Amino acid sequence: MNTEAVAASPEDVNTAGSPAEDHGSDHGYSDWGYIKIALFLALVTAIEVSTYFIDFGSIATPMLIVLMIVKFAFVVAVFMHLKFDNPMFTKLFMLGLLGAVAIFIPVLLTFEYF
Amino acid sequence: MADTTVAPAYGPTEWDEVEHMPTSTGLSNVKITMWAFLGSECLLFGSLISTYLLDRNKPDLIPGSGPKASTLFDIPFTSVSSFVLLMSSMTMVLAVSAIARGNQERTRLWLATTAALGATFIAGQVYEFTVFYREGLGYTTNISGSAFFTLTGFHGIHVTLGIVMLATLWYLSKAGHLTRENAESVEIVGLYWHFVDIVWVVIFTVVYLIP
Repeated sequence: MNTEAVAASPEDVNTAGSPAEDHGSDHGYSDWGYIKIALFLALVTAIEVSTYFIDFGSIATPMLIVLMIVKFAFVVAVFMHLKFDNPMFTKLFMLGLLGAVAIFIPVLLTFEYF
Repeated sequence: MADTTVAPAYGPTEWDEVEHMPTSTGLSNVKITMWAFLGSECLLFGSLISTYLLDRNKPDLIPGSGPKASTLFDIPFTSVSSFVLLMSSMTMVLAVSAIARGNQERTRLWLATTAALGATFIAGQVYEFTVFYREGLGYTTNISGSAFFTLTGFHGIHVTLGIVMLATLWYLSKAGHLTRENAESVEIVGLYWHFVDIVWVVIFTVVYLIP
């Protein structure tokens, strides 16, 4: 996932070792960078909600799943700092997340949900 | 003399500047524990979401025992609640950013805003539950209702606990006990808060939006 696409301008991304100033943080993005990402996620939510009012036909469900994954990934990578943090934390979280997917997708298949 | 320094398993990160007791991994034990806890929470919510998906269209044991939860959804209302919770993630990350800079006033402002947004979400959930109950769907009315209330109720309890943690941090900051040196506590609560947000991202899509 390319989270740089949303906040890629130099003023949005703090470089390591730069002094923490009033509008910056030392955790990867400046405050304005976080706000821009939140606005992007709000836009994604608006697109999701639009599927309730507009008939997208058979692409509605795949589109909703993709948008959900995009929102999930942005929050985990940027807001939870996994993108900037030690890979050990990513592995710990993925162990649970992928474990849940590996367990419950077969459960849903077994009970013929799909 | 040979250099006996053991290289860290991973490269240094900016979070390594946060002070904590020396650990065998070089990482904060509290943070490792929180990430392991959040991983285990994925399994909890995975089971609750799967249960709802399997039970939401099951025929009632007692025919005519009340409406299905999905027939009572108010998508525009729930969309606003989802937006509120999403924005609370933004204010939470701004609180973490503020405490990392040592800005106490901004930290308290964003912590209070996050807690207020969380409380707004919970108020919306209480309203939704009340409407469902008045429409004839209680916790034990049918299996669809039980699965729905269990899933969203568990999430609501998590949000409520998060609000208590945020209020505690606000108090600690006001009392002068929350400093740049122990900023990690704000980050840990932030991780928990973002997690309840991403769980709702999944619930909102899978339970409410996908037909």
